[in-house]
Amino acid sequence: MGIELQNINKQFGEYKAIDNLSLNIASGELIALLGPSGCGKTTLLRIIAGLELADSGKILLENKDTTNLPPRKKNVGFVFQHYALFRRLTVFENVAFGLKVLPFRERPSRSEIRDRVAHLLKLVQMDWALTRYPSQLSGGQRQRVALARALAVNPRVLLLDEPFSALDAKVRQELRRWLRKLHDEIHVTSIFVTHDQEEALELADKIVVINKGRIEQQGTPQEVYDHPANAFVYNFLGNVNVFHGRIHNGKVSLGAHQLDAPDDLKNVEEKPSQTFVRPHEIGISRIRSNDKDLEGTIREVRLQGGQIGLNIECQGLDNPIEAEVPRELFVNLQLAKGVQVFVTINRVRVFTGDYEI
Amino acid sequence: MPQPEISQSHPPVVKKRISDPLSVQVLLVGLTYLFFIGFIFLPLGLVFSQAFGKGWSVYLEAIREPYAIEAVKLTLLTVAIVVPVNAVFGVAAAWAITKFNFPGKSTLKSLLDLPFAVSPVIAGLIFVLLVGSRTPFGSWLGEHGIKIIFSTPGIIIATIFVTFPFIARELIPLMESQGRDEEEAALTLGAKGWQIFWTVTLPNIRWGLLYGTILCGARSIGEFGAVSVVSGHIRGQTNTVPLHVEILYSEYNFTASFAVASLLVFLALLTVVVKSTMEKHFQKNSFHH
Repeated sequence: MGIELQNINKQFGEYKAIDNLSLNIASGELIALLGPSGCGKTTLLRIIAGLELADSGKILLENKDTTNLPPRKKNVGFVFQHYALFRRLTVFENVAFGLKVLPFRERPSRSEIRDRVAHLLKLVQMDWALTRYPSQLSGGQRQRVALARALAVNPRVLLLDEPFSALDAKVRQELRRWLRKLHDEIHVTSIFVTHDQEEALELADKIVVINKGRIEQQGTPQEVYDHPANAFVYNFLGNVNVFHGRIHNGKVSLGAHQLDAPDDLKNVEEKPSQTFVRPHEIGISRIRSNDKDLEGTIREVRLQGGQIGLNIECQGLDNPIEAEVPRELFVNLQLAKGVQVFVTINRVRVFTGDYEI
Repeated sequence: MPQPEISQSHPPVVKKRISDPLSVQVLLVGLTYLFFIGFIFLPLGLVFSQAFGKGWSVYLEAIREPYAIEAVKLTLLTVAIVVPVNAVFGVAAAWAITKFNFPGKSTLKSLLDLPFAVSPVIAGLIFVLLVGSRTPFGSWLGEHGIKIIFSTPGIIIATIFVTFPFIARELIPLMESQGRDEEEAALTLGAKGWQIFWTVTLPNIRWGLLYGTILCGARSIGEFGAVSVVSGHIRGQTNTVPLHVEILYSEYNFTASFAVASLLVFLALLTVVVKSTMEKHFQKNSFHH
């Protein structure tokens, strides 16, 4: 096992940041801790690094109990949200720092340090910047130097705290792909924290969804996205339409409309329910294809890159629904604001109970 | 998609100037200069004209007189001890206040300003009451041959008290704005406490520290009130430069008094020049984020 967390608890005053959380991560995996801000994901990362102490619980890194070790003995690489490069040191000195502070007996020779730093900077494509200072680099470049600095000490695990949040959209995407490639090359067990579901889905081998200090679900991106364990996960992973209603004798109410309940809820007699529909799982046509189609009027049209977002007011529903259609379809159907359309709901997820989000 | 329309017919109206009328400007600038002349240039000029009033030889004699030399030596000794002590204290206090959370932190932070708020005379009296020869602690020290009040240690302690906020106050906002990220990064990279201090923290605060040190030094040289209470004014023994100036003045020896005072003015001017040079450097360097 790369990382084993057993029953971790952490409380800040009245506020429970981590609530009896256990997690196993296999060696060499790239894991995303995904959750809203304040859910405890950064706290968990800092506990693993030893920057915070857990109130109780056990942490094993590569099968070694590191619960009570000080951070400098944990041998983890930590990449901070705002990089935390040493501003008075050059790029070279930043990356060499972890090697230079080693006790004399373990410290590599000067030429070994030079070679290792050169190798790492080449790995992160920053070998041209040896003598630069952090203030002379862009955000993405600082991030890569921070990564090289963390890797210099041969960490057991690599921890990244919101690694892309301070970058602009274009750089973020580039760096994301680059990090995935890098991880495939070096295979160090890594955890990154993010609140951006797209980032988690694209980058991670496994996603751990966290809310209020607890794990809601863990699994591959595919599993988590296609089979969300509960309403929170469904809602957090992407845009969604939510319909509050009741489930009654195998039928789910959707405003004035009725839908067949999913098989596992067929036998529920009467319960409050929440029905979720993703915007891209809604079909739009100009003619009625099915007697279950909803009739509506387009209220708003939004350009979203390759997709067009539609806000449609449907008869019998209290709130307008959000739909996404490919651009081609949008043009072919001659859709526009005010146009009458028929809405087919292709796929729904129904959760019972009053799950608060 | 329709192109957004860009109107060409109405160029933006540019106002000539958005500011106060000329008369107000002249008045304010004039008042500022008047104040500076009346309260700074004139008194400074007077010090030098008095000091050199009877010629160079009298001036040189006044500052080469043995008591004056002893006073300069004592002042320099005081500065040489007070500044390092307060530098260490200031860094420690700023470090503790900005990098850790502990009970009583905010109280401590506000108490840091106490030496500025309290009259220096009272600061001196506090130490007389604390370690004077009539107090139990003072007499115990006396029995062991240690004399604090009316001798050099008292002067040093009083000066430390009066000047200790300078460095800490300079460093606290600086260290607060820098946060603890870099220290934490060093920690995860395996550095020990002292290594972090020398390689990360100290380089980041060095300009602020130097700046605070200069202010602290300037104030230690010039401190009068607190030192006056604890010194006892023994010529050649417990007289610092400001006290020496005062004694000469009360003996109607105006020329000598102003001659020695001019030394203090020189130092003050030097401090201001060094300080403003450093401020420029400081600002330039603070872009290194």
